[in-house]
Amino acid sequence: MTAIVDYGVGNLFSLSSSLRALGVESTVTADPAVLRAADRIILPGVGAFGDAMDKLRQTGLVPLLLEEAERKPFLGICLGMQLLFDKSLEYGAHEGLSLVPGEVVSLREDLTDQTVKVPHMGWNSLHILREDPLLRYVDEGAYVYYVHSFYGRNCAESTLAVSDYGGAAVTGVVRRGSVWGTQFHPEKSGETGLSILKAFAEL
Amino acid sequence: MLAKRIVPCLDVKDGRVVKGVNFEGLKDMADPVEMAHFYNDSGADELVFYDITASAEGRQLFTDVLRRVASEIFIPLTVGGGIRTLDDFDRVLKCGADKVSVNSGAIADPSLIAAAAKKYGDQCVVLSMDVKRVEGQFRLFAKGGREDTGIDAMDWAVRGVANGAGEIVLNSIDTDGVKGGFDLEMLDALAALVDVPIVASGGAGKKEDFAELFCHRGMDAGLAASIFHTRQVDIKDLKRYLRAQGVEMRL
Repeated sequence: MTAIVDYGVGNLFSLSSSLRALGVESTVTADPAVLRAADRIILPGVGAFGDAMDKLRQTGLVPLLLEEAERKPFLGICLGMQLLFDKSLEYGAHEGLSLVPGEVVSLREDLTDQTVKVPHMGWNSLHILREDPLLRYVDEGAYVYYVHSFYGRNCAESTLAVSDYGGAAVTGVVRRGSVWGTQFHPEKSGETGLSILKAFAEL
Repeated sequence: MLAKRIVPCLDVKDGRVVKGVNFEGLKDMADPVEMAHFYNDSGADELVFYDITASAEGRQLFTDVLRRVASEIFIPLTVGGGIRTLDDFDRVLKCGADKVSVNSGAIADPSLIAAAAKKYGDQCVVLSMDVKRVEGQFRLFAKGGREDTGIDAMDWAVRGVANGAGEIVLNSIDTDGVKGGFDLEMLDALAALVDVPIVASGGAGKKEDFAELFCHRGMDAGLAASIFHTRQVDIKDLKRYLRAQGVEMRL
């Protein structure tokens, strides 16, 4: 069973629907016992980093999630991936979960082509740097759907795939141990996205 | 870089698709769920659902249909029609919409865009505009293009973006239904003024029209309804053609 962490952030409709379409049993939960019993955990999220991190802390689940992330497949999606890093500089400095080394910074700062639009929103192609079980069904150059203005940086050792945007290599997929993160939304990325969720469910 | 988007649009009334429906090979030609499936599988980059229902009962049906559609397609979904309040935003977002499109509702209450952008983020708020040339001016129309508001459409767009609209759908009433190509003059005028993504609507009749559109700066997406519904233009063919023309496309 796959547990989707419920901390009052983000619309979980599409994520739950995607897993259902794949025949993967899932539940949206903030129950410690359910999270402990789950085979794998997904940390979703949209919105601002500081606000989301506060809400996650308020659930009291952070110590449990840090523990569980070491023992079972754990996937952060979009802002949920950003929370995996050490810190974020979105509207002030905020500490993250430090499950993946790196920091979250404004994408705008790192664009060499300042004419491109931020948020980075739409379908971009994925350049795979390292083979990984999570990407086993994904072809090099496949398109995935992004919506974000900040991104993970100084995380080269953990980066599995990037997308080019305005001259910046946008961190698309990271992994450290049993923790994975995707900046894009697999639940909105058509067949490619579904295949990533399927691979995660098979981990 | 980002791919340009091809966006089919479904006009739904009382739970049924009502405009330009002539699907082949589908059991029920006006079932929005079936049509959404078809587009999800045929390479559409996003779906737009417009609720053109007048009655409250019809609106409930739309919500039910929306939930069914959203649970079965895995590409971005934009929903519009009858969005007048933050409660309306909330209602369609909870049914699985990713973006919400406002038109007449923003004209009636210009503070709606800013309030929604603050609550849900700019990326969630799409400003949809029906525009027609009147006395040498690009004029904003309301109520599905029936009512001249007297407002300069370009001013309206600039204000909308300043208030937090994250994307603009520009539907040219002058070219809509003519199938002679998008209204590039109008679209260029808009692109010179705003830096959010622009979705061009109105006038597409053949695949060359999309190739011409994407040669113009600032054009992110091409939207159409009947030419896709009737299979006059097949989305997979269109996207292969555009990629061969050098346009970045998700295939």
